[in-house]
Amino acid sequence: MFNTLSRMLHTGLLTEPLPVPNEAIPALETLQKDVLGILGRALCIRHVDAGSCNGCELEIQALTNPYYNLEGAGIKFVASPRHADLLLVTGPVSVNMEEALKRTYDAMPDPKLVIALGDCGACGGVFAKSYASRGSVASVIPVNNTIAGCPPSPAAILGCILQTVRSSAVEA
Amino acid sequence: MSTDMMEPQRTRLPANMPSSRLRVDREQWLRTAEDLRESGARLLTLWGTDDRDRDSGFRIAAAYLLTDSVVVVEHLIKETSAPSYPSIAGLFPAALRMQRAVHDLLGISTDEVDTRNWLRHGGWPETVFPLRRDVDGNRQYPIVSEPYPYVEVEGDGVHEISVGPVHAGTIEPGNFRFSVVGEKVLRLEERLGYTHKGIAKLFENFSQEAGHSLAARVSGDSAVAFSWAYCSALEAITGITCPMRAVALRALALEHERLANHMGDLGGLGNDAGFAFGLTHFSRLKEDLLRANSVAFGARYLLDYVIPGGVAVDLTADASRLLLELYDTLESSVTNMRAIYDNHAGLQDRFREAGRLEQNTAEKLGAIGLIGRASGIACDLRVDHPWSPYNSLAVKMIVQTGGDVAARVQVRFDEVVESLRLCRALLAELPIEAIQTPVSIAAANLLGIGLIEGWRGPVMIALETGPDGGIRRCHAHDPSWQNWPLIDYAILGNIVPDFPLINKSFNLSYSGHDG
Repeated sequence: MFNTLSRMLHTGLLTEPLPVPNEAIPALETLQKDVLGILGRALCIRHVDAGSCNGCELEIQALTNPYYNLEGAGIKFVASPRHADLLLVTGPVSVNMEEALKRTYDAMPDPKLVIALGDCGACGGVFAKSYASRGSVASVIPVNNTIAGCPPSPAAILGCILQTVRSSAVEA
Repeated sequence: MSTDMMEPQRTRLPANMPSSRLRVDREQWLRTAEDLRESGARLLTLWGTDDRDRDSGFRIAAAYLLTDSVVVVEHLIKETSAPSYPSIAGLFPAALRMQRAVHDLLGISTDEVDTRNWLRHGGWPETVFPLRRDVDGNRQYPIVSEPYPYVEVEGDGVHEISVGPVHAGTIEPGNFRFSVVGEKVLRLEERLGYTHKGIAKLFENFSQEAGHSLAARVSGDSAVAFSWAYCSALEAITGITCPMRAVALRALALEHERLANHMGDLGGLGNDAGFAFGLTHFSRLKEDLLRANSVAFGARYLLDYVIPGGVAVDLTADASRLLLELYDTLESSVTNMRAIYDNHAGLQDRFREAGRLEQNTAEKLGAIGLIGRASGIACDLRVDHPWSPYNSLAVKMIVQTGGDVAARVQVRFDEVVESLRLCRALLAELPIEAIQTPVSIAAANLLGIGLIEGWRGPVMIALETGPDGGIRRCHAHDPSWQNWPLIDYAILGNIVPDFPLINKSFNLSYSGHDG
């Protein structure tokens, strides 16, 4: 126990500020106001791997490490699509995951946002369309925003999430 | 068995370790497998090829790991209207799913009782075998949902829990069907193949010089291992020797991949046992390593670092100093975290005895890589068949005999320490020379293999060249194929809430398996 406490004490706070606020990316206070205005609660994200190579998953997981501290910005990952406001989809959509992805999307309450994450989700990537792959996420469900990269960095993912929430607030 | 016994018929096979090729008839296919099993050989992978255009038949091939080398046994199936070959799954149980996958892609059958589809979930018609050369790989078909006949468990109080394909966390998709009484698991049946992207067929559209980029994306968390395996196969075929600086940098990248994954898993294992502190600290250490990767190799994840003939980015002296400092921080932090894990009664209570895979079960079923080493199977290509530069590093074999979650945790801790030692040794002796050498285009119809001990275990690429710098066939194999069926055994008698912990302790690749 002493070791655990001592390690906590010596490590201190590592959380870095959110991406620099600009037109597209609001400051934390604005973001939280937007999120509350649109959703009335914290932003809840459901992730679905629709056929990814698992590279993008690693960077999504990194968002919850102490440096990015996603939950500190009022954003959290949830286990059920029924609790989610935003669907984060990785991978080209494999034909074997097409039905599961559609059912996850349908299970989400309105209003809902969808981000296709990574080159594969955005445009099909190296896998493109084939007998086994439908290519981009947008060819299967409606998509609000995409993040390029293979895989995109946690900072890029965070920036895109904030931007997507912001533009949906402007529309609303 | 050593390869001497097969001397008369064997031919040399281009590879990054001593390898040979053995062509056999139908009867010898099974007899060779029997001899190999008896001598303690391990099945590395099994794949099929449509060679009707060239050799008037389908080819089935299996790669085995012997004590002194690798042997690829091939059988040409001349009967093309209803092609079949004898199953080797009775001898090497891991072959069962591979044989089912070969059937789904090529329509070659075995004499096995279990003829259920494995990779085909109704996404393309039953009569279409996409890996055949006369099938258009780009054609799309409407999905026809087909129920999968899971094995049913009957009895008083038995009920089923179906989990997936979409899971509750940020992980890959797959289906787990538990048959339970109360909390206790009587049987687990996996269904995989959800992330099948048709990689084998896609390789045929790639040039030899670009194939590494697809290989790296077979399983993103093992990108260095797969791209290095691909480049090793291609370089062996073309007879290219990489500059020693590039070889050392490849090994450095591979060890970084091992470190990142092991630290991520150690954090995840703490978290799955209710110790969030572990995840917080290990995810921080992993992030430190990924940020150093950005500086040293030009990217956090090294999907395009290993290229034919060398590596993409050179390591600067400044980056080298940064890495050495980082290794010291990582080593002291991991040692500190290990003491915390080892002395945490609640954590050890969850780790010990959970998901035990006994050594004899692991041996019989063909466990490989990290999972094998946690169940007493001392097998690591870096030790047993060291390719360059591992032949000058004297890698230490890490083995635990417990076979439970605790043993898999300990193997990871030990391997982190050993990897850090290897990284320091590589930097200390980093030769000053070019990082790339030109690779010429290989002639058609040449087979070569590349085998790399990735963080999960042996990753293998079997590459056959096509005309004009193209690829005729490329088979990529992830060790998850061997180890997935083992979870079905490790979970027996455990309770359902321990499944996430046990599954995490294996941390197998879905994408690497599904192809």
